Amino acid sequence: MIARLFNFRGGVKPDSHKNESATTPILPVVLPPRLVIPLRQSARSAARCVVEVGQKVRKGERIGEGEGFLGTAVHASTSGTVAEIAPHPMAHASGLDTLSVVIEPDGVDEWIEHGPFDHRSVPRDAALKYLRDQGIVGMGGATFPTHVKLGSGRGIDTLVINGAECEPWITCDDRLMRERAAEILSGVAILRELIGAARVLVGIEDNKPEAITAMRDSAAKLSEPIEIVPVPTLYPAGGEKQLIRVLTGIEIAQGKLGIEFGVQCFNVGTAYAVHRAIRHGEPLVSRVVTLTGNVERPGNHEVLIGTPVDALLPLAGPKPGTDRYLMGGPMMGIALGDLSVPATKGSNCIIAASPALFPPPPPELPCIRCGSCARACPASLQPFELYWFSRAKNFGKAQEYHLFDCIECGCCAFVCPSHIPLVDYFRFSKSEIWAREREVTAADQARDRFEFRNFRQEREKEEKAARLAAKAAETRAKLSDTAESGDTATAAADEDPKKALIAAALARAKQQKAAIAESTAQASGDVSATSDARRDKAKLEGSDATS
Amino acid sequence: MIHSPYIRKPASVQSVMLAVLLALLPGIAAYVWQVAEVVVVNLLIATVTALAAEALMLAARRRPIAPALSDLSAVVTAWLVVLCFPPILPWWVTVLGVLIAIVAVKHLYGGLGQNPFNPAMVAYCAMIVAFPSLMSQWPPAGQLDFQTQLDLVLGSARQLDAITGATALDAMRTGLRAGGASVETVLQQAGAFGAVGGRGWEWLPLGYLAGGLYLLARRIVTWHMPVAFLAALALISTVFWLADPAQFAPPWFHLATGGAMLAAFFIVTDPITGATTPRGKLIFAAGIAVIAYLIRVFGAFPEGIAFAVLLMNICVPVIDMKTQPPVFGHRGGRP
Repeated sequence: MIARLFNFRGGVKPDSHKNESATTPILPVVLPPRLVIPLRQSARSAARCVVEVGQKVRKGERIGEGEGFLGTAVHASTSGTVAEIAPHPMAHASGLDTLSVVIEPDGVDEWIEHGPFDHRSVPRDAALKYLRDQGIVGMGGATFPTHVKLGSGRGIDTLVINGAECEPWITCDDRLMRERAAEILSGVAILRELIGAARVLVGIEDNKPEAITAMRDSAAKLSEPIEIVPVPTLYPAGGEKQLIRVLTGIEIAQGKLGIEFGVQCFNVGTAYAVHRAIRHGEPLVSRVVTLTGNVERPGNHEVLIGTPVDALLPLAGPKPGTDRYLMGGPMMGIALGDLSVPATKGSNCIIAASPALFPPPPPELPCIRCGSCARACPASLQPFELYWFSRAKNFGKAQEYHLFDCIECGCCAFVCPSHIPLVDYFRFSKSEIWAREREVTAADQARDRFEFRNFRQEREKEEKAARLAAKAAETRAKLSDTAESGDTATAAADEDPKKALIAAALARAKQQKAAIAESTAQASGDVSATSDARRDKAKLEGSDATS
Repeated sequence: MIHSPYIRKPASVQSVMLAVLLALLPGIAAYVWQVAEVVVVNLLIATVTALAAEALMLAARRRPIAPALSDLSAVVTAWLVVLCFPPILPWWVTVLGVLIAIVAVKHLYGGLGQNPFNPAMVAYCAMIVAFPSLMSQWPPAGQLDFQTQLDLVLGSARQLDAITGATALDAMRTGLRAGGASVETVLQQAGAFGAVGGRGWEWLPLGYLAGGLYLLARRIVTWHMPVAFLAALALISTVFWLADPAQFAPPWFHLATGGAMLAAFFIVTDPITGATTPRGKLIFAAGIAVIAYLIRVFGAFPEGIAFAVLLMNICVPVIDMKTQPPVFGHRGGRP
């Protein structure tokens, strides 16, 4: 069966620059002098450290335990000694440090005992937990936990495997498909079983004929319903939602999940990692990384997770003229400020950039509303409108024009004849909006606290007044007590102050009790007010995402 | 620090404007060959005026001069002003028109990309209101020698009635309004008409069409505006023509006369002042065609495109706002 292909609007065709690194085989691991393994492998969750400084670890030994819904385990990538557990810079646009386990390799590269795992003999949940404990996450860059994406095992009809690799320069998936097609497809078969899909579509951009042939040859040997589909080379065809659109015609809006549409997508690298985990019992400790750009020996390398970039660079030999390094592709990658950052599970490529290969952008000119950006936008946005709103800091309008549907693919800035760094404007707007939302939440909380404080002060004042009144009554009673000496007329009245005294004492005790009860109630009330505010905010965000 | 993307397509405002200038060349060639060689002199005057005005305004606004001058946008404006003005105007009318376009319409609104109105069209409207007789003096094609044309432009004595005639559009209008005349009799009487439009002048639209197709091929303009403009003009003129062929000129006459073809590919398609969404472009261009036709046939001026463009320029924000295309994943829903 030949699948009918769909197209997505927009897209651009930058020079692919794939030949530089695609022609040579994947080179084996070179042990670096030290490994920096971040416990946080994605923005969403960090693992809990389960090793101590000085501890001996073997390759594949768990050093971080996945916590929470999105947690996955982290493993030692080689055998050695834990030298340090400390925050360390990471390759992320934020530039924030993250807690990392630093391992000094012993050079033996000794594995823990491991063997195949029969995912069919255990309940599905156990198989997912196994993948989570093997640290399997999406290798396409987003490092989203695979076991979460596998979901409930119901309602997914189509499994999409992403071998498009649409960013220029990057060839790690290309080489992986050429050299390890059988293993990838073995992983695909496991994923298909676990997710319960009826059919599998493997999308590969048609600029990778060798990979397509290799994958087809391997697929022909299987009885699985796996279809290898060449897709037109058009950046960003490898974006998850774009590829799903091309292969199935389904459009998944921002904020929606594939599962709502009966389709789920995994990267070929993820499928390969699943194969290693299930068939060999190996946790995810290495991946293929493309080293290319202005280097002597561009190519692909098997790289241990946690290998610092500066330990990788000598493998490729940067040429003179290199002025910075990019992690990821030239369309969406980040420029590395610090070369000691480690390769992580989502690092697919390191590019040595020179002014010759990546000329500095020409000066920014005014927007002439030519609409090139709108024609290039794969999300069908109007980037120039978003640009005007961002410049004017009219963030409400920007959101109305679907700012948050922007996937920051860079197509608009790529085509802009006025050389406007459009994506930078959108990142700015997004972060401003997030900051404002946080401020609003904080202000709501502060207001709640303030109002409660006023209420409490008011109440205390009333209580104090009541206490004073009671005391006054008491004093009056005492005074009348001493004044009285046998006057029968006042004898009856004498009873009353005494009663009042007792009543006042009782009331005091009651008030104290009430005060204690209320102060605990107020504490919990504070908490519930905060969580109410959070829930409201979540609701707002939800409605934004879906409107 | 520079952020992603780190690569860019080799595109620039300059290359866009250069493509527009190139696309104007076939029309200009037809102009020189069939109508009046002096248009080259006018183009030169306008170009120099535009660049000088642009430089002065940039200096006054304390903006960098070199990048803005080299983007060629002022030259495009200057050429369009010349091509929609009569060729035998005294030089100072051209200068004045260009000054209005560059100084008032472009820079007083904030420079490139900021102007809500089409500069060339404002210049045309201002001049035809200020100098109605001068702006109506269109020479018959190919009947004045270059020296006479040059004298007229550079300001020696003008014996206008002797040398200028009505344009095809004008002749048709006044002919039909004379009473008792029909389209057929008007076409027979006046010498202003050629095969489909104005004699000699009808070659110009062919030149503009050729240039327009080049712009389409280069993807400088999308198909929406030229197609919507020409289709709407053809449609409305066909409707009137079919209703009363004696009183309304046929559609090919309207397409081949006046500034129809120039407007379709070079005026209506101005990205800065036009609608930007695909549906908005169709509405915008079709609106111009309808208004222009109504002015031509029922209005006070023989050619109404300039007024139509300005009227639709006013509508652009609301057109854009109401025609936002659905975003990926939101099709069918509220945009």
